[in-house]
Amino acid sequence: MRMDNVPLIFEYSVPGRVAVALSDPGVPEVPLEAIVGAEHLRREPAALPEVSEPDLVRHYTRLSQRNYAVDVGFYPLGSCTMKYNPKVNEDAARLPGFARLHPNAPRELAQGALQLLWELDRMFCEISGMDRVTFQPAAGAHGELTALMMIRAYHEDRGEQRTRVIVPDSAHGTNPASAAMCGYTVVTVPSDARGNIDRAALRRAADGSVAALMLTNPNTLGLFEEHVVEVAEIIHGCGALMYLDGANFNAVLGITRPGDQGFDVMHLNVHKTFSTPHGGGGPGAGPVALKQMLEPYLPTPTVERDGDGFRLDDERPKTIGRVRAFVGNFGVLVRAYAYLRTFGPLLRQTSEAAVLNANYLLQRLRPYFDLPYDRTCMHEFVLSGRRQKTQYGVRTLDIAKRLLDYGYHAPTIYFPLIVDEAIMIEPTETESRQTLDAFADALIRIAEECETDPETVRTAPHRTVVTRLDEVAAARNPNLRWRPPTKAGVTR
Amino acid sequence: MYPDDRRYTREHEWAKRENGRVRVGITAFAADRLSDVVFIELPQVGAEVRAMEPFGVVESVKAASDLYAPVSGRVVEVNRALVDTPELINQDPYGAAWMIVVEPSDSSAWEQLLTAEAYARLVGAEGA
Repeated sequence: MRMDNVPLIFEYSVPGRVAVALSDPGVPEVPLEAIVGAEHLRREPAALPEVSEPDLVRHYTRLSQRNYAVDVGFYPLGSCTMKYNPKVNEDAARLPGFARLHPNAPRELAQGALQLLWELDRMFCEISGMDRVTFQPAAGAHGELTALMMIRAYHEDRGEQRTRVIVPDSAHGTNPASAAMCGYTVVTVPSDARGNIDRAALRRAADGSVAALMLTNPNTLGLFEEHVVEVAEIIHGCGALMYLDGANFNAVLGITRPGDQGFDVMHLNVHKTFSTPHGGGGPGAGPVALKQMLEPYLPTPTVERDGDGFRLDDERPKTIGRVRAFVGNFGVLVRAYAYLRTFGPLLRQTSEAAVLNANYLLQRLRPYFDLPYDRTCMHEFVLSGRRQKTQYGVRTLDIAKRLLDYGYHAPTIYFPLIVDEAIMIEPTETESRQTLDAFADALIRIAEECETDPETVRTAPHRTVVTRLDEVAAARNPNLRWRPPTKAGVTR
Repeated sequence: MYPDDRRYTREHEWAKRENGRVRVGITAFAADRLSDVVFIELPQVGAEVRAMEPFGVVESVKAASDLYAPVSGRVVEVNRALVDTPELINQDPYGAAWMIVVEPSDSSAWEQLLTAEAYARLVGAEGA
């Protein structure tokens, strides 16, 4: 079978074919109409694929083998912290006491799980310099929204109607999106020549209508905000709160704490910083850590210590309410807990290695690419492919595609928006010097190819199962749905 | 290099005066930076826009960007053709890819806009 043309699971379908034949359960059959009402039932059965178990297993195994993952190779996707996730986390999450615990189990039978959440709350607070944590948000952007809802409740509780949220121009796109979704008007503040937030512009924007500043530190250029304490003073000076986008927390663990820099609330990406799997749409977690003044507004239920045991607290009159079923995606939090119990004392070393790895790669690559913000970087850095574009007509997208030919996942490209032809590289602490060197060699070779053989780069990738996709056509005319062939055998 | 029959914003929109009204689009520099535009969201005729506040969104395979109104006023014409053929923005940014026409509510914003020469200097600095 040609690997570049894997059929869809629907195309294996043969009417009447089943994977499993269940034996008679011995329970009387009740017509569906009697349970849900005929008006809620579809008239024709859904056109679901009818396949055998081997067809099913082979299909998805084959697809999984075409996937590129951290367990397959180096994955320098900037801002995403694609570190290797230790397998001991998976062992912990699969312990039957955690994996098989029903979310509605009485609290007497769930004490271990509640204790884990309580201890994880304490550990996150120690690392971040915050006072409390909610585990409900299902991902980072959900954490942003949850935090903004608490910020709104805080201001309203004080009788203040604040309407604006300040976001720097280097921010993750989720920041302005979350603020807008929470009903705020977004005010963009530019970066200065060193890649810090422009303090003069910030002062002009900061007034009594501002609810919060959303800042990433280190920012998306991989640079530490050199004046973060002064920024916090400006923001607190107008009565607004400081929100930290914790996406880049992996750079500063055990070195500095957001709570000590003046941040009031932040989200943690456990899938970036604390080595839980990156979703792929699966269950994630974006816990929010906050200072005492926001505690009354925490989503319910919260996990509370109760004598020698633990309980869930629903009696919080000022809560913003529930933002997720139960206490969030518990299995992911078990993985983060396992990571912290394993590596907790070494967190500082983790961040130092992440920063060292990034600076090592930067030094190897800087002669070959532009570096618009030229500073010692933190855990990631942003090159520009402008030289390659203007001199050889090779775009950053082409360079990224060519990297696939060399067996690497491409870095983040065209983000942050303030860097032309951006190439954002984050190696993480889990990569060896040999891996970093091999990757640098590949990228340097591609830089040379841009000069000597630009056409090969412009038309890359050449060695992958699927070659260059027409992203423009896909975006303009998306074809998202499989349609069954008509009787004449023609696809509708 | 940039048409001098119109003015420009720092956010890369152009504004052209026509019988007291202002036609708005984005510059070739912006279209080039965005690369292939795949989607555009425009206001309705009759919508009020405010100078240097977003009136729409343009999206490419690289990024989504707000479109900023060069002047305040009421939208009197919208180029609906762009919604189905956003590629016009890359092909003819100063002509067929105009986006909206605004009936300005005051003339003060016009004087804040950049001349073609000043805009060329701005993007020269950004491109350097």
